[in-house]
Amino acid sequence: MDDTILKIRGLKTQFFTSKGVVPAVDGVDVTVRAGEAVGLVGESGCGKSMTAMSVMQLLQHPGRVVEGEIWLKDRNLLKLSKREMCDVRGNEISMIFQEPMTSLNPVFTIGRQVMEAVRQHQDVSKEEAKEIAIDIFRRIGIPEPEKRFYSYPHQLSGGLRQRVMIGMAMVCNPSLMICDEPTTALDVTIEAQILYLIKEMQKEKGTAVVMITHNLGVVAESCDYVYVMYAGKIMEEASVYEIFEHPTHPYTFGLLNSIPKTTEVKDHLFTIRGLVPNLLSLPKGCRFCTRCDKAMQICTEYEPDLYDIGGGHKVRCFLANKEVMESGK
Amino acid sequence: MFGKRKLAAPAVTTNPAPAEGIDWIPEGALTPIHVEESAEAEIAPYQNTWEKFWSIFKHNKVALVSLIIIILYIVICVGAPLFAPYDPVETNLANGLALPSKEHLLGCDKLGRDVLSRMIYGGRISLMIGLFPTLVSMTLGAVLGITAGFVGGKVDQIIMRIADICMAFPSLLLAMVVSYTIGPGFLTIFLALSFVNWAGTARVVRSEVLSLREKEYVEAATSIGVKKWVIMLRHILPNCMPTLIVMLTNHIPGNILTESSLSFLGIGAQPPMTSWGLMVYQTKSYLDRNPTITLAPGIAILILVVAFNFLGDAVRDKLDPRLQEQ
Amino acid sequence: MVKYIVNRILVTIPIIIAIILIVFLLLQVLPGNPIQVMMKEKVNQAVIDRVTEQMGLNDPLMVRFGRYLWGMLHGDLGHSYKLKRPVTQLIMTAFPNTVKLAITSALVAWIIGIPTGIISAIKKDTLLDRTLMGFSLVGISLPVFWAAMLLQYILGYKLKLLPISGYSTIRHMIMPAIVLGWASSGSIARLTRSSLLGVMKNDYIRTARAKGLVESAVVLRHGLKNSMIPVVTMMAMQFASLLSGAVITESVFGIGGIGQLMVSAISQRDMPLLQSSVVFSTMIIIIGNLVADILYSFLDPKIRTQ
Repeated sequence: MDDTILKIRGLKTQFFTSKGVVPAVDGVDVTVRAGEAVGLVGESGCGKSMTAMSVMQLLQHPGRVVEGEIWLKDRNLLKLSKREMCDVRGNEISMIFQEPMTSLNPVFTIGRQVMEAVRQHQDVSKEEAKEIAIDIFRRIGIPEPEKRFYSYPHQLSGGLRQRVMIGMAMVCNPSLMICDEPTTALDVTIEAQILYLIKEMQKEKGTAVVMITHNLGVVAESCDYVYVMYAGKIMEEASVYEIFEHPTHPYTFGLLNSIPKTTEVKDHLFTIRGLVPNLLSLPKGCRFCTRCDKAMQICTEYEPDLYDIGGGHKVRCFLANKEVMESGK
Repeated sequence: MFGKRKLAAPAVTTNPAPAEGIDWIPEGALTPIHVEESAEAEIAPYQNTWEKFWSIFKHNKVALVSLIIIILYIVICVGAPLFAPYDPVETNLANGLALPSKEHLLGCDKLGRDVLSRMIYGGRISLMIGLFPTLVSMTLGAVLGITAGFVGGKVDQIIMRIADICMAFPSLLLAMVVSYTIGPGFLTIFLALSFVNWAGTARVVRSEVLSLREKEYVEAATSIGVKKWVIMLRHILPNCMPTLIVMLTNHIPGNILTESSLSFLGIGAQPPMTSWGLMVYQTKSYLDRNPTITLAPGIAILILVVAFNFLGDAVRDKLDPRLQEQ
Repeated sequence: MVKYIVNRILVTIPIIIAIILIVFLLLQVLPGNPIQVMMKEKVNQAVIDRVTEQMGLNDPLMVRFGRYLWGMLHGDLGHSYKLKRPVTQLIMTAFPNTVKLAITSALVAWIIGIPTGIISAIKKDTLLDRTLMGFSLVGISLPVFWAAMLLQYILGYKLKLLPISGYSTIRHMIMPAIVLGWASSGSIARLTRSSLLGVMKNDYIRTARAKGLVESAVVLRHGLKNSMIPVVTMMAMQFASLLSGAVITESVFGIGGIGQLMVSAISQRDMPLLQSSVVFSTMIIIIGNLVADILYSFLDPKIRTQ
């Protein structure tokens, strides 16, 4: 049986700004299987959040999905009506955001906000919804859940708020949870707790997780499979083990090398030179060539495809293309 | 749902590599090269407050039209003797309540005075009351606000308590009390409007100063021994300018409306001086016989105030520091 | 919360006293004897002197101010020179009319203003938005006296749909309420729009959408409640200013309220009436602003739960 939960094919999301069309997501393929945790890694502005927002169809003007398919099990989300999409959001796919401090509505109690999610998707009475909410609070480790039910967001710490967000996302037992930099705004100690909680919930409910992050440490800790994104395109994809053992794309290589290691003493931290390119004026050819230390003549003329190098490992680089490398030109 | 605007522009073109064969691979494809980033970094050119102010009119047609209308009003009213076809106070009972004609474009009032000429002269009062008390109160408010914010302590307390009192006092009521004491007239309105609006300005400027005072560049200036008042003038005042300009464009239309209301009530401009509010009051009984002479001054006020408000909106959108990051 | 409210009230008291003092001083510094105004020229000097002495007008300024404050605490606002009645009584007769006008115009302002603002925000940058905002801008730019007269002329005089002036029935209130309501609705609509647009940019709106709420629930439940905090504050302040007497509207439509009392006090040079009615009006505005402040803190859980 096909256990694919989410299948994104050729997704193109563009922002129609006054300066021109910004191709935030430029033909992305992503597959997520049931119960799997998939990482989406890249620098800020590489289009990873926009991929998630496209799946949720929460893109705001002037952003729009212009091409592609997003399959949730057997339904193409892009073909659903607004009403049907509302039934998917928060119910089958839920999402957690980066900013726990501002992601909860300050004028409602957290209990009410979680109850709202329950009652939106389940036909339950107020009392039942309250019980469900308190139950989820207990499971996500909120101390004194009955009392905290009546707390306002500003009375909670950032870590607790992110727990509430996770609770709100899990309360309807979704088959997919998208976490957009869930720990970036938190302390390192809290980060581990939150990642642990997400893992717990994933195991308990068999929920698939898409983990969006710029932090490869988070990926190593929580993901099975990883996609590396750069300037709107997937640059490399492989299992987490494969990526860390055999990074093939120079960009992935750079990302891995810019993590400080405790096992080595170095005078200088490795950095990838340059900045994320302006999406309005991408370089011709490979979009990474301006920052690549292994750039070749061909890289400035043609854009490489995603080349399969075996074992589910795909790389968007001519270095991985046998025909090019063996042409001897 | 929140706003849809169509914007057509070409998408980026890439040059994808063909999937098969090796014929397409160019000569010297594998030569290592070092590609530098194109230097066209996108840094928005720096604009100071005035450049920002003028750049409003490049994109905003409504603001431009408003500005042109305001300038026209000012030119016509300042040059009243040049533009007015008649003497505004010259009576000619034979022309009493004359309807609009070639000689008198907007007709004549009861005493046969040319309404167009009276409007051109009357506009002087509206514009003067709109501009001068606003400038006086803004200057006063800015000076007191900067002092309160920068000196702090007792001075701050005293200034802000006085500001609280002035804020609570509606300008219309103050004008009525003042007019009882020193009699109705231009001076009354001038005083009443000058001594109410400063408080709001002082409050805003003070809070601006308080937040600016913590900024690094002010600290840096203090640490290298720059005198306090130099810091105020050179660093803090320019930073308050956007806020001040926004407040200025808010106060002017309000003051113009207050003046016309007061004049309508008989507390403002006194005959033989004329003002649009007073003209409406003087002609209101003849609305049925000669509507133009009542309609015209009202429309004149409306257009001027609408223009100032549109301009104010545009200025605020561009300069208000609280809207900047969006 | 209670501490905050008590604190706010305590801060207000000196402001009220200061304003009473300012009004008092502004009206008392005038040279000339008010008794002469009251009694006209026929009475001889001896009588004037005697009455002046009786009314304590020869006492030092501060003594007179103390007496005025003391009287005020007992509900005695002085005696009108011209109308020969206690000012308290005059104000109490006039105030209900002002209240009637204030309530009807505030209702008009809210019923027009809030939906206009919401629709404009939802339809941002469309023709509808621009039209509604233009309408609101004209509302705040309108010379009220002029619009009132035009309405009076068209609806009252020409079409004979509504009574031209007076305040006995609710029909009398329609025109004044439309004029005042339109003028006040403009600022409410503009604030509602900008506040709602600001709120809709927040992260928690995205959370609400991610929860699967339909857009109308997102706007009305999550957007509106937050965006109404400043709007309600403005509504309270506006209502207070309406209660303090719509001077212009009352005089155009001949509504015997506080505003008209003040205008007639000026034209008849009735000092005690002017003094006390201005103090009364200002106090209503101050109390209104106080209520607005407290309302604000009540609506914002951050302040409420402190």
